[in-house]
Amino acid sequence: MRFQPRRMRSGLIAFSLSALILLDCAADVGQVKVLKGQVAVERAGRTLAAQVGMPLALADVLKTGADGSVGITMRDNSLLSAGPNSVLSLDQFEFDPATSEGRFESRLQRGTLAVVSGRIAKASPSAMTVRTPSAVLGVRGTEFLVRVND
Amino acid sequence: MINPRRGVVVLALLLGACASRQEGAVVLLPQPGGQPSAVTATQGSQQLVLDQPYAAAQLTSGGPQPYQSSAQEVQVQFGPALAARPMPPAQFTLYFVEGKDEFTEESKRLIDGVFAEIAKRPLPDVMVIGHTDKVGSDALNDPLSRQRAEIVRAALMARGIAVDRVVAIGRGKREPIVPTADGVAEARNRRVEILVR
Repeated sequence: MRFQPRRMRSGLIAFSLSALILLDCAADVGQVKVLKGQVAVERAGRTLAAQVGMPLALADVLKTGADGSVGITMRDNSLLSAGPNSVLSLDQFEFDPATSEGRFESRLQRGTLAVVSGRIAKASPSAMTVRTPSAVLGVRGTEFLVRVND
Repeated sequence: MINPRRGVVVLALLLGACASRQEGAVVLLPQPGGQPSAVTATQGSQQLVLDQPYAAAQLTSGGPQPYQSSAQEVQVQFGPALAARPMPPAQFTLYFVEGKDEFTEESKRLIDGVFAEIAKRPLPDVMVIGHTDKVGSDALNDPLSRQRAEIVRAALMARGIAVDRVVAIGRGKREPIVPTADGVAEARNRRVEILVR
């Protein structure tokens, strides 16, 4: 029988950690929660059709069609939602659920975006940014909107 | 023949011409409850701080330019993005009778409301965390806290939430909400926390 002691041990350690960490390990960086019309996720050179409940990974790029919109919940409880004809990329996401420390960078290349910041921004005001092609938006415990013209 | 150096200059000018257009905008929304909040817009060395409801900035090549937006304008420009917002994550706590995996009378009355709230979400991620007070050993409290979580999980599934969306675990007496000495019976610590996303 093949036995992998290292994996086994890390499994045990994970099990002994806080409940929140367990949930968060399972949940990836975020998840699609709301979906309307055509929405695609570009991941590692492939284009996937978005679905409600779909887990999101680091570096995913969400693209909404002319009739599309999408709402996602990140692991730190940040909420991002994009309107039609939008391109949103999840460039950086690190989150320690025990301390709320981390870093979250997303980028709106085109379209419209509504943001409700979550635990990362609450723990450290400089830790969450939303970029546009020319601007960096710093978040200080906030709900805000961003538009990038075609 | 094309002079490569001139090519670079022309390209730079074109980029400059493109960037002189208005790129977009950022608008600060009012916070629920009216707490202060802010967003900063930085372009190159220029920074603008938006810290009033509907304070906004045009993002231009000349840096962020302030203007005042409004609820009406926001609906026109951002309606679909706002409509696609997920429901905010929520947390609920249900309490138990001492030493048992049985809800208190008060929690029994709350259960239906809690489950209705969870069921509003199309595909909820639910974390159920059982706890005990500090009466008894870990050997006693660890399984009790797990049983409490399992009771809640079973109730969620009975109400139609898919089994793979619910994680149930027990933390025993390790994470009291009200810190007490060991051996102290404390009703507020005999609980299950339900985190919903």
